[in-house]
Amino acid sequence: MLFLCIIITLIFLGSIIYFISTRGFKVISWEFLTQGPRMSMTQGGVLPAIIGTFYLTLGAIFFALPLGLACAIYLCEYSPKSFVVNLIRISINNLAGVPSVVFGLFGLAVFVNFFKFGVSILSGSLTLGILALPLIISASQEALTAVPQSIREASLSLGATKWETIKNIVLPTALPGILTGVILSIGRVAGETAPILFTAAAFYTRGYPKSIFSEVMALPYHIYGLMTEGTHPYQQKAIAYGCSLILLFMVLLISGIAITLRQRQRGAHV
Amino acid sequence: MYSKIKIKADNVNFFYGKVQALKNITIDMLEKQVTAIIGPSGCGKSTFIRLLNRMDELIPNSSMTGKICLSGVDIFNCLCDPVDIRKRVGMVFQKPNPFPKSIFDNISYGLKVNGIKDKSFIEEKVEDALKKAALWQEVKDRIHESALKLSGGQQQRLCIARCLAVQSEVILFDEPCASLDPISTAKIEELILELKKDYTIVIVTHNMQQAARVSDYTAFFLLGELIEFGKTQDIFTKPNDPKTEAYITGRFG
Repeated sequence: MLFLCIIITLIFLGSIIYFISTRGFKVISWEFLTQGPRMSMTQGGVLPAIIGTFYLTLGAIFFALPLGLACAIYLCEYSPKSFVVNLIRISINNLAGVPSVVFGLFGLAVFVNFFKFGVSILSGSLTLGILALPLIISASQEALTAVPQSIREASLSLGATKWETIKNIVLPTALPGILTGVILSIGRVAGETAPILFTAAAFYTRGYPKSIFSEVMALPYHIYGLMTEGTHPYQQKAIAYGCSLILLFMVLLISGIAITLRQRQRGAHV
Repeated sequence: MYSKIKIKADNVNFFYGKVQALKNITIDMLEKQVTAIIGPSGCGKSTFIRLLNRMDELIPNSSMTGKICLSGVDIFNCLCDPVDIRKRVGMVFQKPNPFPKSIFDNISYGLKVNGIKDKSFIEEKVEDALKKAALWQEVKDRIHESALKLSGGQQQRLCIARCLAVQSEVILFDEPCASLDPISTAKIEELILELKKDYTIVIVTHNMQQAARVSDYTAFFLLGELIEFGKTQDIFTKPNDPKTEAYITGRFG
């Protein structure tokens, strides 16, 4: 019975990969991967969208990782056990459940309009970063809590300060768990459409983004655009499948790299 | 011949919240001697030993009164940094707790946090500490491998070496053999007798034979009180207090 559940899950997973691959593979070519779109999206490639998604994801992690890690360190290592701190913890967990389109609107109001970053990589990265924050914080917190108290004590008993202990002993030990959080967030962030809808994405840009204040094309938004806008729905649909395949592949690739790193880290001292 | 008092506890009381874990402990521990602390579980032995390098204050809601002096200086004086105290008073814990790093890094860690950067000096110190802890012969060819690959007994000796590398004056052993087999235990005990030449040692143990084998002085704790303290020989052959006698003859605990 339980085994059947696994089979059903695998069938879903397998069919997703099968459908996306068979339909997307037709349009994938060297040109598709290395050029910008031409002729109202029906020809050429999607390189700007690939690059855009790459920048947005990188930007989001660049912003969310240090901030999230710092929060997790404070919550785990420094904060006193109090009602307020518990409230903060619960709020962070709830933040993870906020619908992504709400983050999108927030990003529009705060980053695009209030800080006047405009519709740009910066606004999009920050918005995606906020989306990734709770994921990174809770994964890091879990990883930090899992570090045995005994090795903290060992470090302190050797005359290390609290910060030295955290920096040299606790963080390296927790690193595999923290990386898991980063992997999860990369997967989530790279595929999100709603948060970048109003903050970063454009259906078509001329050339490549020039600075962090440029609008960008991004794969998830491009897929959405191809399916809902434009004048050649039939050709666009095929390209949308191609984009999906690339997006899937990108996320797998990034996760793969992170998993390898994590295994290496873990393997080094077990 | 060794009459200098290294650690002096004066009327020490310790509380976890409202629960009193130590009651009026007054005890003098002599330099370069082994003092064993025995007593049943929950009698405050570990609490007491952890006060000596100020590890107890990591526990929230704990408080203490009284005075503990190390070489005549009050270590709970507000001018004393607990970090400095811990550099002088090393500790070996109940379960071996090596860092998930290489053998070399485990030992050099204490030197590095003490601001030593000279590589050849560190290498020399690491070798020296491993030799003193009687581990060098076993690990010299794999010093850059993970410490977690060592056996439990080797890990515990590594933890001792880690202490020795930072040049402590006092080493506290909190039931160091609790999770070890008899052969590893024998090695640790041998080591303690060897280390006595250079260090003042305080050892908490559940094992009364162990206390008799390694210590010069023995303190018997019961329910947070110090019942009896004296030369190990006297405690085990002619205890003054009937409670001590009951405990060492195995009638309770």
